[in-house]
Amino acid sequence: MTLHDTAPTPLRAPVTLTMAAALNAAIQDAMRDDPTVVLFGEDVGPLGGVFRVTDGLYAEFGESRVSDSPLAESGIVGTAIGMAMYGLRPVVEMQFDAFSYPAFEQIVSHVAKMRNRTRGRVQLPLVIRIPYAGDIGGVEHHSDSSEAYWTATPGLTVVSPSNPADAYSMLREAITSDDPVIFLEPKSRYWAKAELSLPVRTAPMNTAAVLREGTDVTLIAYGPTVKTALATAELAVAEGLSIEVIDLRSLSPFDDETVGASVRKTSRAAVLHEAAQFGGYGAEVAARLTERNFFHLAAPILRITGFDIPYPSPKLEEYFLPTPDRILAALGTWEWN
Amino acid sequence: MNAERAEHARGLLHQMLRVRRFEEKCVELYSAAKIRGFMHVYIGEEAVAAGVLATLEPEDAVVATYREHGHALLRGVPAGAILAEMYGFEQGCCRGRGGSMHLFDAATRFFGGNAIVAGGLPLAIGLALADKMAGRSRVTACFFGEGAVAEGAFHESLNLAALWRLPVLFCCENNLYAMGTALARSESQTDIALKAAAYEIPAWPVDGMDVLAVEEAARRAGAAVRGGAGPHFLELRTYRFRAHSMYDPERYREKAEVAQWLERDPIDLLRATLEAAGDLPEPTWAEVQASVDAEVQAAVAFAEAGTLEPVEELTRHVYTDRDDTDRDDTERNRPKRMPT
Ligand SMILES: Cc1ncc(C[n+]2csc(CCOP(=O)(O)OP(=O)(O)O)c2C)c(N)n1
Ligand SMILES: [Mg+2]
Repeated sequence: MTLHDTAPTPLRAPVTLTMAAALNAAIQDAMRDDPTVVLFGEDVGPLGGVFRVTDGLYAEFGESRVSDSPLAESGIVGTAIGMAMYGLRPVVEMQFDAFSYPAFEQIVSHVAKMRNRTRGRVQLPLVIRIPYAGDIGGVEHHSDSSEAYWTATPGLTVVSPSNPADAYSMLREAITSDDPVIFLEPKSRYWAKAELSLPVRTAPMNTAAVLREGTDVTLIAYGPTVKTALATAELAVAEGLSIEVIDLRSLSPFDDETVGASVRKTSRAAVLHEAAQFGGYGAEVAARLTERNFFHLAAPILRITGFDIPYPSPKLEEYFLPTPDRILAALGTWEWN
Repeated sequence: MNAERAEHARGLLHQMLRVRRFEEKCVELYSAAKIRGFMHVYIGEEAVAAGVLATLEPEDAVVATYREHGHALLRGVPAGAILAEMYGFEQGCCRGRGGSMHLFDAATRFFGGNAIVAGGLPLAIGLALADKMAGRSRVTACFFGEGAVAEGAFHESLNLAALWRLPVLFCCENNLYAMGTALARSESQTDIALKAAAYEIPAWPVDGMDVLAVEEAARRAGAAVRGGAGPHFLELRTYRFRAHSMYDPERYREKAEVAQWLERDPIDLLRATLEAAGDLPEPTWAEVQASVDAEVQAAVAFAEAGTLEPVEELTRHVYTDRDDTDRDDTERNRPKRMPT
């Protein structure tokens, strides 16, 4: 059973929430509804996490359900595996993208493989929350976009919300999922606000959303680049260019139906991400869409991404990140006739 | 104190004050957004770096953490190059690419700050093994916080160092907290020296607020390491006076606890000792302060005059043999300033 099969709960009065607060509310509501949901990670307890996503949860649920872990990422994820095997629903936090790498082995070798290895007898209903990507004046290790490591690993569901409503709805759904979910939270969007009536439900987690309709080009974005795509579409109006914006929401699985339909309609597409281009997630998107829609395409699918370098220093990050100017310039390299 | 010892102690006081004033300035510059990114200051812990580094030779190596401005400075990296690095400028010791947490300077064998907790430990083992293989009697001093002790890399490193009898001086900066997590909430055995002892590494706790005690312990341990006795381990008990980083609501400790530790400010302690013995006349203290202030001022002037590396060069130095090239050969995906 998934969240979407359950009867809708009456909505509470609307409140303005940041994405961080929406995530917080999602964990809180999930913990209130289901005593098997437990939360742990570095400084998620009394401190409430670096980005305040777990603020107040320790006070409400106590040490037995919300606990600070020592600096031991591998241990954190491994522990979550064992707990999930016994029917708990752990939600664990990796404090920053690059701090998930000490847990890489547990995630890739065990979280991703347990179900297959046991021919479905063992399910791992766990969520690994990872704040990711840049644009916060951070530096290397604190601004990494690590999605391709996870999407290249069969067995992992990888999603990334771009706004507070999706943040709430998708995290609730991730927690009820019986498969392990890598939940990528775009740091630069933590402070984005929206008015929400909780418990808000947006589209199912595994689907992409068309956020803006257009006829000439499909911009495919997720997480932090959705905002950039929308801004680009707005600017493009003046140039007489009609851009359709897709928020993937789910990186793995990939919503071929929604994205394919859009690309067949516009015949041109570009993928945006902050991660480096070489071997990045955009390569998969471009190849997959090309394989399935080649005869509908008027031009090669472009990737507009971070450069093939480690994340640069704060004062140079604006040149690293895909910007509307860079995106429009890239679209200008196509032959238009 | 005899004259020689007093002179030496004044030198340590000077070194601690260099770190303190430099970092106070960094905090100010951070608030003014001159420095961006993440920054962690060492204020309160200066006796640890000052005491240990005073005992090292130029050919020794130093490996540190993201709280490493003081270690870099005392190792001899020029204050201006450190500050310019924190500004993200190409005049910095890493061309602006490292920032506050990744200072690095091969000339002084300062092999890095490291933003990954416990990230420096395994590489220190490698430096020491290379020294041992080459028959060089050098020490690799490896600094890390007590929080790092929970990471697997710590245990792998201690075992390797002991197993291969490597010349490493482990310096655990035990300031009682890893971000907001108190030691007792993260370790079953809070006596960290005992952990090292379990690996057959001679280890002992040291009062990390007393620079003379730190120096004495480091000198003894370092001499043993240099003499081929294998790794040694110091647990330096200290306290950070400021927040973990620049964003930290400090909900995890009582003001009274901080106040108690402030009583043991390592700079005040040594100054009081020297003054009580009549070894720090007012004009001498004034001179020390003036020289530190001048150094900090010059560093700020140097950093302020710095420049960002050209955007077009961002792809340089990622690989040895592919300088100036990009893995993407299309013009589209090379960094450049967009016309505005
Ligand atoms: C592998 C890893 N996990 C988490 C972090 C985030 N983090 C940075 S510093 C820190 C606390 C480290 O405490 P400690 O080792 O005691 O050093 P201190 O900051 O007290 O000097 C944490 C959790 C990190 N940098 N690297
Ligand atoms: Mg500490």
